[in-house]
Amino acid sequence: MIGSRLRRREDPALLTGEARFVADLNVPGALHLAFVRSTAPHARITNIDLSAATAMPGVVAAYTGAELKDDWAPLPCAWPVTADMKSPPHLPLAVGKANHVGDALAVVVATSEYLARDAADAVVVDYEPLPAVVDIEDAVTDRVVVHEDLGTNVSYVWELTPDKDAVDTAFAGAAHTVSERYVQQRLIPAAMEPRGVVVVPQPFGGDYTVYSATQIPHILKVMLALTAGIDETRLRVIAPSVGGGFGSKLNVYAEEVVALALARKLRQPVRWVEERTEAAQATIQGRGQVQYIELAADAGGRVTAVRVRLVADMGAYLQLVTPGVPLLGGFLYSGVYDVPAYSFTCTSVFTNKTPTDAYRGAGRPEATYAIERAMDALAAEVGVDPAEIRRRNFITPDRFPYSSAAGLVYDSGNFGGALDSSLSLVGYEELRAEQAARRERGDRVQLGIGLSSYFEMCGLAPSRVLASLNYSAGGWEAATVRVLPTGKVQVVTGTSPHGQGHETSWSMIVADRLGISPDDVDVLHSDTAMAPYGMDTYGSRSLSVGGTAVYLATERVLDKARKLAAHQLEVAEEDLEYASGSFSVRGTPEKGVPLAGLAFEAFTAHNLPEGMEPNLEASTHWDPPNFTFPFGTHIAVVLVDTETGGVRLARYVATDDCGNQINPLIVEGQVHGGIVQGVAQALWEEAVYDEDGNLQSASLLDYLVPSAAEVPSFETACTVTPSPTNPLGVKGVGEAGTIGAAPAVMNAVVDALSPYGIRDITMPASPERVWRALTAAAGGSTSTEARP
Amino acid sequence: MIPAPFDYHRAGSVDEALRLLQDGGEDAKLLAGGHSLLPLMKLRLAAPPLLVDIGRLRELSFVREDGDTVVIGALTRHRDVETNAIVREHAPILAHIAGQVGDPQVRHRGTIGGSIAHGDPASDLPAAALALGATFRVVGPGGERSVPADEFFRGFLETALRPGEILTEIAVPKGSGAGWSFQKFNRRAQDWAIVGVAAVRNGHTGIGLVNMGSVPLRAAAVEEALAGGASASEAASHAADGLEPPADLNASAEYRAHLARVLVRRALEEAGAP
Repeated sequence: MIGSRLRRREDPALLTGEARFVADLNVPGALHLAFVRSTAPHARITNIDLSAATAMPGVVAAYTGAELKDDWAPLPCAWPVTADMKSPPHLPLAVGKANHVGDALAVVVATSEYLARDAADAVVVDYEPLPAVVDIEDAVTDRVVVHEDLGTNVSYVWELTPDKDAVDTAFAGAAHTVSERYVQQRLIPAAMEPRGVVVVPQPFGGDYTVYSATQIPHILKVMLALTAGIDETRLRVIAPSVGGGFGSKLNVYAEEVVALALARKLRQPVRWVEERTEAAQATIQGRGQVQYIELAADAGGRVTAVRVRLVADMGAYLQLVTPGVPLLGGFLYSGVYDVPAYSFTCTSVFTNKTPTDAYRGAGRPEATYAIERAMDALAAEVGVDPAEIRRRNFITPDRFPYSSAAGLVYDSGNFGGALDSSLSLVGYEELRAEQAARRERGDRVQLGIGLSSYFEMCGLAPSRVLASLNYSAGGWEAATVRVLPTGKVQVVTGTSPHGQGHETSWSMIVADRLGISPDDVDVLHSDTAMAPYGMDTYGSRSLSVGGTAVYLATERVLDKARKLAAHQLEVAEEDLEYASGSFSVRGTPEKGVPLAGLAFEAFTAHNLPEGMEPNLEASTHWDPPNFTFPFGTHIAVVLVDTETGGVRLARYVATDDCGNQINPLIVEGQVHGGIVQGVAQALWEEAVYDEDGNLQSASLLDYLVPSAAEVPSFETACTVTPSPTNPLGVKGVGEAGTIGAAPAVMNAVVDALSPYGIRDITMPASPERVWRALTAAAGGSTSTEARP
Repeated sequence: MIPAPFDYHRAGSVDEALRLLQDGGEDAKLLAGGHSLLPLMKLRLAAPPLLVDIGRLRELSFVREDGDTVVIGALTRHRDVETNAIVREHAPILAHIAGQVGDPQVRHRGTIGGSIAHGDPASDLPAAALALGATFRVVGPGGERSVPADEFFRGFLETALRPGEILTEIAVPKGSGAGWSFQKFNRRAQDWAIVGVAAVRNGHTGIGLVNMGSVPLRAAAVEEALAGGASASEAASHAADGLEPPADLNASAEYRAHLARVLVRRALEEAGAP
């Protein structure tokens, strides 16, 4: 069962439209919310006039933040990364001052979505504009300050330099050094389903059911209880079908708190569904960093030290895990290489832009990008092939478990194996020959080949490590497995899938262990009433942490069943064998009892061993002892039209190693989707702000999410290096594609342009940026600054 | 994604549509396939108080031969233009360009007349009409009239259509042996062109430019240079002469001018000798 390409059981409902998302929930009598959002990046709000809105037909109420300030506490940030981290109060509706375009200022409640939207347009807000902080390196200077009360834009400075002398010594004695600056542009997560929330109160019982398009129903329940001041026992949070998240739904949002507070105030159900432009302005954005990375290397190109300095853009406020995102990458800037000395510093700043937070990979794509681009720069400096510089520096398989200079213990790996696989798949030597021929004849279309040997730290997370990083929660996962009286199996998981296929994978794990059909295993999730404990789904954690919990609970159920079978068959437990759903007596195969029969016996409890509780059920709360470290090598092949600057991704080869695979079909789906998201950062996507802080790319006309037409068919392969961290030997694959892809593509673009002396292109590598670089390289000049 | 309030009438015939337009006065707006207008309304960039839906007027969906011309009904969907045998034989560039509009959903809903009447300088079909020397048939309260493509596009999203008029037919000269090329440069297949060039060479050369100004344009300086005997690459160097291309997130004006020169040269090379 494990390792088979079982089709996802989730898909028929999704493909036929039977699946119900928040916007599909038809709650009789529900009132609709529309938010009035700041059109100014930074302004004092001198007046909000609701009178025209409240006079409109169908409008039930309208409120400013000042009117509701006693209905809630500020929105939570769960990751105070340093003791002196600065965090401004973040109210669900801003009071007195707007700090970014899209900051919610007022809310209108009406009997229909359309009337609410029209009425929101009728609200008049008076702004007194203030200068905005837009550029993050400018923010560090405190020339203009976003939050006056804090007195500075710097939220925190976090440093990880275990041995400064070792770093300084390495740089002082280096035969080669490279010093690079890279920009991680802001990205808009653009999940296919925008956010939405429906709150149904029971006005006389005092309970509230919250339906939210969220990745984290469990965390949300706790946070809503604290923020809105409602007993946790009065709240039930359900994530119905959720159309993607990529981290953007790993949060506690203003709209969720406002909806709950208004359902309580008005004693009626309320609902809100996000518009696409709101999703661009008010849902968190990803990335947003300037990275300085320096490598010291010996004469042979072996890296002796990595020194990194980041400036990270928090945006206007700290959302749930905003400050922790750069730190998730902070341990990983030495990549898959054996580097003895390490230094990392991150300065995080407030700006008048939408808050940033976790976005697919969260800190790890940024780290991988910097080291993989810098390794290519080092290859050029030393004068060796990019594949060779990597080989010389890889941590070799015999070194695992490997203690990194940054303080992590890598579980397992075979980095050279993944590199060899991808080089062979892509036909590396032939491609280099074609590249040489194109260069020789001065072809208008130049070919570039880009490598990225990535790895990542996932399986979030060992709770003790989270404690050391000041994270306010644990990283365990809960599972319950019960064999019902009819022999069907019910699994309750604390993970909350929104596209990952947990129902399929968890049923396979249980079916494999119990020797039954996965069709006989039902998986319950994403409802805090049926799954009271859980830490939800993000950070490629669900399989390695949640799947392991399911596996361990299954083991416990089987242990109990074995005791019951021994009792029933009147033999010792050691004399029993278990196969294909039945216990039988060793050497007497005709004497046996099926699991289904044991489940019924356990249910009737007529004849149980002394002291055994009724029912075949077990629960676990699994806290992983370490992270897992998936890895791989991706190779991008691009064709660059040197006249237009257009970049075409011609081929893409990926070898990924996520340890043992439960369902390779799901693994491939994650790899394919992940690659497109990483390629998108390299070539298309950018949240563009003008110099005044206005978001220019707030619709899908201007924010370029690629489609299938823009990418080639991917050529994928895998190696399998099981993780010793968990009994399934799994590592996680949700973010791998994204982490590997952006540096592979950008290394390819720069490789294609290297004969012109071009060493970097800022992402995304738009045709105009490439054309300007080529024009400048040819000694020409262009009169205006490039916008794209 | 939620438009402002509007009234809606569906016309059952061209006559009824004319009457509804007249009754609606200046506020009325025609709705055909809806793939230009509805996105603007959903973004609240347009808020017409009255829509007259002509999308179901089958009488305006046809392709026929009329002597030396091919006549296409204004409500013929892009997909039907793309696959029509008459268009493919006598105006292959038009079939090709119709097959490049947006994505399959757009091509099955959007219409050739809607695209031309919208007059968007970033749309491909107006440029094709200019390159081909098309003529537009228009009916209105005062009867019918014909407008050459060269006189049709007046300003940004502004055409020679008067209030109360409906574009009914697009007539293009037959040119089955003509050389042609369409160069569309964009970042994603579904997008409008950053710059596009439609070239038709049939004794003389017609070149339409996409997204190089506030209206759909002919590359007049290139056509003149060619008429004066310039080579393709010499002529192409004039592709942006006198033009004021727009600047947006995809491209500055300067880059658009550069692209126009490159793409016009490539179009002329691909279209072959005049």
